[in-house]
Amino acid sequence: MRWSVLTDNLDILLQGLLVTLQVSVLAWLLAVAIGVVVALLRVTRSRAARFLGTAYVEFVRNVPLLVLIFFLFFALPDIGITLSGFWAGVIGLGVYTGAFIGEVLRSGILGVPRGQLEAALSSGLTYLQAMRLVILPQAIRTTIPPLGNQTINLIKNSSLTAAVSVFDILGTANLIGSRTFAFTPVYIGAAMLYLVLTIPAAIGVNAVERRLRIGYR
Amino acid sequence: MAIIEFVGVNKWFDKLHVLRDVDLSIERGEVVVVIGPSGSGKSTLIRCVNRLETVQDGQVIVDGQHVEDPRTDIRRVRQEVGMVFQQFNLYPHKTVMQNITMAPIRVKKMPRAEAEKRAHELLERVGIGEKHDAYPGQLSGGQQQRVAIARALAMSPKILLFDEPTSALDPEMIKEVLDVMKDLAHTGITMVVVTHEMGFAREVANRVIFMDAGRIIEVGSPEHFFQAPEQDRTKLFLSKIL
Repeated sequence: MRWSVLTDNLDILLQGLLVTLQVSVLAWLLAVAIGVVVALLRVTRSRAARFLGTAYVEFVRNVPLLVLIFFLFFALPDIGITLSGFWAGVIGLGVYTGAFIGEVLRSGILGVPRGQLEAALSSGLTYLQAMRLVILPQAIRTTIPPLGNQTINLIKNSSLTAAVSVFDILGTANLIGSRTFAFTPVYIGAAMLYLVLTIPAAIGVNAVERRLRIGYR
Repeated sequence: MAIIEFVGVNKWFDKLHVLRDVDLSIERGEVVVVIGPSGSGKSTLIRCVNRLETVQDGQVIVDGQHVEDPRTDIRRVRQEVGMVFQQFNLYPHKTVMQNITMAPIRVKKMPRAEAEKRAHELLERVGIGEKHDAYPGQLSGGQQQRVAIARALAMSPKILLFDEPTSALDPEMIKEVLDVMKDLAHTGITMVVVTHEMGFAREVANRVIFMDAGRIIEVGSPEHFFQAPEQDRTKLFLSKIL
């Protein structure tokens, strides 16, 4: 085995790591934004809003992520929207993970005692203020561990963008592999690079969880 | 003019008829204690005042505003009506100070410095001036409930609603909360108190309301109530708890 392929191609592998990081961060921001909206839709009293939120979650969760990404990349040009592989990947991942984060946040919100909302509303806050200032901060505390899992899943799932010719970690590994046929070192190297991202993410989640617990019963 | 008025109010939870033809008029500055067996609708009654519960029939008029009317801006009513809950419902992720200043700052747009100054005064008034930086989880139940009272007072409401404020407290902490409530009763604020504390009712109530099965059975002064109740159901209830 020629392990030197890794050192020889270190520059493009690190470039791939950076791309994976970029896709993941952007997709994560989109996913959290979608997740908050979906969660709020699913806990409001409006039947129409709940239906919309539920429909989104059930549709997106039950379609393979790769199909979403391919749709964005290959099908949207039919209606005049052309996305690069990078952005198809970011949006696909964000839309997909948003459904899962929405579910996590929803259960977090439902886990906050009902009296918290009543206290906030009875003090004159609007529903949105009550959510933002009282309910969501508490919901997020209990959902840090599952949110961390979703984040790590998102990082791993970002490898699917390689299928729409994004040179992230996996895309770069595919490229080096097909040029050198040194598949064993290349994919072991790729796995290591994913661990470089996911293990610190897991450690970070634990640290955040501990910090938020301080001063909290 | 009455500050709280119920006119022919009916409410159902699905098929359960929880408020039946309730007519009630509470004057400004009155201290009214609502008693009755559990499930009699007394908590529901006061929760209708600030529309934590909606009514299906009749009118609830609070300081001239029709709470039952969906077009009424309920937030304006809620700013006039403070509420203290059985489970305190302090925000556990906020300090005592933040709990008290949130609504004045966010709803009344009061400058932070002013809101904090007022919070300090209120904490002194409820006897825990030194606890402003603590989190609710670091306080005893009695202290938490006193913070909750300070939080309700921070909006300078005209009306205070108490929903079984001492029912979740250990016996030795009940007195400290009742003492704060007794002090408040003499300030001219309108108070509606759902409680099982008959001593409190006897001592500070202007009127006592007895409810059973969603109906107001009897209304009268504490003397009337505890010495010569008229209705058999009232007598039966009092004989069980006194």
